[in-house]
Amino acid sequence: MSDSKKSTGINNLSRRAVLAGGAALSASLFAPKMLRAQDYPTAEINTTGLAVTDDTVTCGILHSVTGTMAISETGSVQAEKLAIEQINAQGGILGRKIEYIQEDGASDWPTFAEKARKLLVQDKVASVMGCWTSASRKAVLPVFEQNNGFLYYPTFYEGLEESPNVIYTGQEATQQIIAGLNWVNQTKGAKSFYLLGSDYIWPRTSNKIARKHIENFMEGCEVVGEEYYPLGHTQFNSVINKIRLRKPDVIYAIVVGGSNVAFYKQLKAAGIDPAEESPIVLTISVTEDEIRGIGGENIDGAYACMKYFQSLENENNQEFVSAFKEMWGEDIVIGDVTQAAYLGPWLWKAAVEKAGSFDVDKVREASPGIELQTAPEGYVKVHENHHLWSKTRVGRAKTDGQYDVVYETADLVEPDPFPEGYQ
Amino acid sequence: MQPMPIKHPFLTRRDIVGYAILAAVIFVAFPLLLEPFRLNLFGKYLTYAFVAVGLVLCWGVGGILSLGQGIFFGLGGYCMAMFLKLEASTPENTSIQSTPGIPDFMDWNQLTALPWWWEPFNSLFFTLIAVVIVPVAFAFIIGVAMFRRRVGGVYFAIITQAIAAILTILIIGQQGFTGGVNGITDLRTFNGWDIRTNDAKTLLYFVNGALLFAVLLIAQFVRKSKLGRLLIAMRDQEDRVRFSGYDVANFKIFVFCLGAGFAAIGGAMFTLQVGFMSPTFVGIVPSIEMVIYAAVGGRLSIIGAVYGTLLVNYAKTTFSESFPELWLFGLGALFIAVVMAFPNGLAGLWADHVEPRLKSLWPRGDAKHPASTSPATTEETPAE
Repeated sequence: MSDSKKSTGINNLSRRAVLAGGAALSASLFAPKMLRAQDYPTAEINTTGLAVTDDTVTCGILHSVTGTMAISETGSVQAEKLAIEQINAQGGILGRKIEYIQEDGASDWPTFAEKARKLLVQDKVASVMGCWTSASRKAVLPVFEQNNGFLYYPTFYEGLEESPNVIYTGQEATQQIIAGLNWVNQTKGAKSFYLLGSDYIWPRTSNKIARKHIENFMEGCEVVGEEYYPLGHTQFNSVINKIRLRKPDVIYAIVVGGSNVAFYKQLKAAGIDPAEESPIVLTISVTEDEIRGIGGENIDGAYACMKYFQSLENENNQEFVSAFKEMWGEDIVIGDVTQAAYLGPWLWKAAVEKAGSFDVDKVREASPGIELQTAPEGYVKVHENHHLWSKTRVGRAKTDGQYDVVYETADLVEPDPFPEGYQ
Repeated sequence: MQPMPIKHPFLTRRDIVGYAILAAVIFVAFPLLLEPFRLNLFGKYLTYAFVAVGLVLCWGVGGILSLGQGIFFGLGGYCMAMFLKLEASTPENTSIQSTPGIPDFMDWNQLTALPWWWEPFNSLFFTLIAVVIVPVAFAFIIGVAMFRRRVGGVYFAIITQAIAAILTILIIGQQGFTGGVNGITDLRTFNGWDIRTNDAKTLLYFVNGALLFAVLLIAQFVRKSKLGRLLIAMRDQEDRVRFSGYDVANFKIFVFCLGAGFAAIGGAMFTLQVGFMSPTFVGIVPSIEMVIYAAVGGRLSIIGAVYGTLLVNYAKTTFSESFPELWLFGLGALFIAVVMAFPNGLAGLWADHVEPRLKSLWPRGDAKHPASTSPATTEETPAE
């Protein structure tokens, strides 16, 4: 690698002298679709020894492709590969094709940390697209901060974090929760809520925010119950009985993974049919991916609060969905996180080109304010706090496993990872 | 205990050569050949070797198959992690929280004060003692409850597995106190010394290696002592040992506690080198994996356990780096191959195939073995 760097320096200096005038002019006059590598000598755009050569740049993909999380994370891997391929088809970043090194986190948090360290220390990747669960993110965070890596993290999550080394392309909790609660209150007249979830940090923090919002900011509303079950729990009959007893207007469910299947099936078997809306079932943890496991007929009529649904009707999304299906097969479904993962490489490209450098410090500095007009979810923008401005949407599940979008916020919702009054 | 008969010296020449080769591999070859990142990885592997050595004593020598060694590895690791976490959670570092000065996950779970049982972990001295004492005491309770009632064999294995599962659920469920699924993360300094730098990691690697050798020698001592021979006798004919007037349960409890203590030291070193601890090391799967390390190394061989651990973990890392989607199959194939072809593991392979050839080359056997990094000696098999 050091050899190629030396030769680049010499080559590019002479070439640069010749091209300087014309290139600078064209770059400033026309929106540069194709940035040429020779306009950006490797020595200048990579001062910290990252894996950048004259015609390639290497990034890492770090997700679980084995173990229990593989089923959820596969969509993210696919989306990231699609984005990388599309970017390369457009000429790459600063004229350099993106190459990726994929590592398997194996659904095991220490493995994530080990692989993150490997990607940063040994492979010197310029950025990493990866992680899914909060636990895996927490495990790699010190590694990224210590080695000054740059992570694009796709999952909606609990907030309470704002790392200089992470761009959060999913929603933090308030972006996913507040608008949905307001909507169900205003349009459905819901007043009482039963909160339940899987027992770990994301559902707990999310329900804490939901409870604070319901109790402090929604007139006359109350929480009538709050319960947690271990990950993988499959016996929900007792909570279903309690729900029947308390008669809430809304069941607010943040059940994740395999538990979802049992929960919705048992709910339906117990005579609580989401389609009848008494009570209304509102969830923030079921995307199109999960419905494949649950079965559309079991969850038909439930509402989900996300920022993206596969059925969104806009040009960006139609292109994205057809490209995705072309690459990964007709039967594939695309959930909220998959779309957020797709944004990662594009946001990185935009930030690098704005910074004119792959150096992590410069990319970090350039990131706030980056806008994507082409995002499948619509226009998004990076906030100072490294999260995205996004709309909140409510979808209603159908038997075919897709959602009907029934509501979206008029404006982008500001990300607020440390919400005042909700802690 | 009686003085050692001359027939059973603490270290035979063969043992000395084996330990010398292992020392050369750990203290010279790895540090010279590996870059800091890989060295740190091997340091992590070696922390599992503590558990594997304990298993050789419990299972290979004593016939007590514990499928719950992760419990002790985890407890040791958690004790160390609690100390490190408290040190990292200074009011300045945690000023963004609603209650500054307590670990971040407590704040996320609406705790407003440090639980009383966390308080002692502010003390380094207490922590170093707790790292060993807590798991050993726990092992003692399990041991007394099981062995005094003559629970053994498969039943004992199943019970240890159940305890591992229970402890995992407890840790995950009490996330306000333990960090839950995420574990205790973002550990920074050990008594003011930054453990995240490459220099610190290299130093920790050597400390880890030295501790491992201490553990190996203790294991070797137990193995060669009268106690070790009694353990073998118990494994093969427990009733005869009992009828000879020995209290079998006490020996079992002792060796089980010893294994737990080894595992706990490994766990604490793991936390120091990796920088966090999570319930994934306490559960059933890691506990079984640790048995596999011992099995691959040869469950009778103390040194073999170290090589087995290194081989399995290195294979795991390499396979998963090269074939992210298929690596588990490769690893599975390795285990099946070892069990089918070499039931005595690497140590058996060495004793049966390599050593005889070396002996024919050097008939007197006192010439130095060629600088080989492959597995070294084995212990006598029980048939002898």
